[in-house]
Amino acid sequence: MISSHTLSILVENRPGVLARVSGLFARRGFNITSLAVGETEHPDVSRMTVVLSADGKPVEQCMKQLHKLIHVLRVEELPGDASVDREIALIKVGVGVGKRAEVLEIVEIFRAKVSDMDVDALIVEVTGSPDKVRALTDLLEPYGIIELARTGRIALGRGGRGLKAPTLHPVPIESAS
Amino acid sequence: MTTMTGAQSLIASLERVGTDVVFGIPGGTILPAYDPLRDSSIRHILMRHEQGAGHAAEGYAHVTGRVGVCFATSGPGATNLVTPIADAFMDSVPLVAITGQVPRAAIGNDAFQEADITGITMPVTKHSYKVMDPDEIPTAIAEAFHIASTGRPGPVVVDIPKDVLTSPTAFDFPSTLNLPGYRPTTKPNRRQIRAAADLVREARRPVLYVGGGVFKARAAHELIALAETIGAPVVTTLMARGAFPDSHPLCLGMPGMHGNYAAVTAMQRADLLINLGARFDDRVTGRLDGFAPDAKVIHADIDPAEIGKNRHADVPIVGDAKSVIVELNKAVLGDNSERGRVDLEQWHSEVERWSRDYPFAYDQSEEGPIKPQYVVERFAEATKGDAIIATGVGQHQMWASQMMPLNRPYSWVTSGGLGTMGFAVPAALGAKVGRPDERVVAIDGDGCFQMTAQELATATLEKIPFTVAILNNSHLGMVRQWQELFYDERYSHVHLPQVPDYVMLAEAYGAVGLRAESVADVDGVIDKAMSVDDRPCVIDFRVDAGEMCFPMVPAGASNDEIIVGPNERPYDGVPQAPNEAYQRREEAAS
Repeated sequence: MISSHTLSILVENRPGVLARVSGLFARRGFNITSLAVGETEHPDVSRMTVVLSADGKPVEQCMKQLHKLIHVLRVEELPGDASVDREIALIKVGVGVGKRAEVLEIVEIFRAKVSDMDVDALIVEVTGSPDKVRALTDLLEPYGIIELARTGRIALGRGGRGLKAPTLHPVPIESAS
Repeated sequence: MTTMTGAQSLIASLERVGTDVVFGIPGGTILPAYDPLRDSSIRHILMRHEQGAGHAAEGYAHVTGRVGVCFATSGPGATNLVTPIADAFMDSVPLVAITGQVPRAAIGNDAFQEADITGITMPVTKHSYKVMDPDEIPTAIAEAFHIASTGRPGPVVVDIPKDVLTSPTAFDFPSTLNLPGYRPTTKPNRRQIRAAADLVREARRPVLYVGGGVFKARAAHELIALAETIGAPVVTTLMARGAFPDSHPLCLGMPGMHGNYAAVTAMQRADLLINLGARFDDRVTGRLDGFAPDAKVIHADIDPAEIGKNRHADVPIVGDAKSVIVELNKAVLGDNSERGRVDLEQWHSEVERWSRDYPFAYDQSEEGPIKPQYVVERFAEATKGDAIIATGVGQHQMWASQMMPLNRPYSWVTSGGLGTMGFAVPAALGAKVGRPDERVVAIDGDGCFQMTAQELATATLEKIPFTVAILNNSHLGMVRQWQELFYDERYSHVHLPQVPDYVMLAEAYGAVGLRAESVADVDGVIDKAMSVDDRPCVIDFRVDAGEMCFPMVPAGASNDEIIVGPNERPYDGVPQAPNEAYQRREEAAS
């Protein structure tokens, strides 16, 4: 059954890692709905949050294969009900003086904010769950959306447990050969 | 710390990791590396095609267990390595491919002979390096060899731009490796071993399903002890031929599409499959939902991604095959001494009946055309099993696996997962370089031979003697067989008329060329070939073009539908021995 999966992946912060990870999804024809990458509390480690829609069994296999990538440190699927997920959207709405008050009212209700304002347009900045962003976009649509940019989803599991990068233990080279 | 060029640092690093031989071809961007190579202890073997270099390195790795190394220049040199890299990936062969790259400033500009080889090979490498700083060369080489040879072995590409090779650097070989994301689990979990031993205890129809992982873990010796402790019949996959001696009474030979009837059927009827380093490949399982319907599964693999991929594992064990075999043997030995050995007599007698009633069979008449199987048998006789056998891919490969008794580990060199035609000649060359004291025989097909025959020049000039037995049926034989069986004998583009003349071709390459056209010729040419020890020898065996490879499980069919020979099926859809699972399925289907 096709459903949405959110994967949290800790990787070494190096060139080429994104290509290796996305290549594994591409090979299976998974469509990536959203992808966000950024440094973690440890500058050598980045966290990738990948949202994809696919069948469960191949996703599980794909996670095992992600684990095999040398620069991948940890892989976890975040359960929808036990994780916090957010994204930021910047929405440029084409409203001049006439309708501006209506838009500002919507922005207020959504606890979004206006980040830029010009005579004939303004940029709304909203943070929230994908559902909230979608709801706001729907409401702003009639006013004319000129441009829209979304960060893609970032997510963390709820509670005290965390996905941690393993401590970096160098291996003596003797055991290498 | 000494100052040197990147190229010198590369060669010094290779010496440090113990490289003794490199197969390669120089070219524009790898040129700087070839200069210090002249002064190195490393032997370089100049191949005629980069694909040959890659397969030779694989052949070397297969028989030595060490990392095979090949060199190629950027662009076409590197892309010619893609096939052997993919081959090494599928068969878990430790391989390090070092490629030149265009200078750093030119990368991405479609420069002359530029190809993004790390990008191209990303899906078929275990890992790869693009070395953009000469100071990083020693670390890249150290890590590449470590990654290629440990865990589940595989190919690693190290791509080095030309100006990185020419830049000055301080040679500083690392004493530690920093690979936090790479920590293969080698020691099996003790609880899983216990659970496996419990399943072994319950089983009345167990089969040891042995794969290439046993070779990679150098565990062939330990395997014999385990098989004898359990008393279970053993099947060795195409990648594991010789891991368990064919002469051992418990050995059933190869399972799968062209496997022994007894091996295939024992797996079908088994109540327990003990998979050691095999991967339930489709060529072994046939149609998955019809495969070994009654069997519980113990699956031991060093690669967790293989476990549960194709077949559910009742007891998954992540670990190195050697540790698993040793630990499981201990556990079963303990149980046996406490509670006595499980009586498997009935199972053995069933299995023996299958072996007896359905051996590999062919019909060699004295006057008729030479049967390919006969040639393999005569080679087995002439070498007394004391030879390394390399093969290409196709009918000849299956006949070699079926008819050649393989009793020693690390003496079987074949392309399994990728099925790379043309593998035999360069792989035999590499095998001979790796183990020069061994006799090496390549059993090849005429289609395969023509794909990489140019390496005979390499073998002649480098004085690398081996025998190439071409089972020449003037066809792409396996494809012809499929067209005969499944395409109503509508033969389409499978005929390879007798061009070139293989004897003349061999002689043109400075090799010995021999030919056998009738049964009476066979032993004579084999004797002659066995006496050649200073250059390669090619024998053109003109064999029966109509001979087909049996048994055969048609692609997509269940292993129960195995065809034993051209005119017979063992049970025309009805099994000889009553089989409950089979009957259940029949009832469910009706």
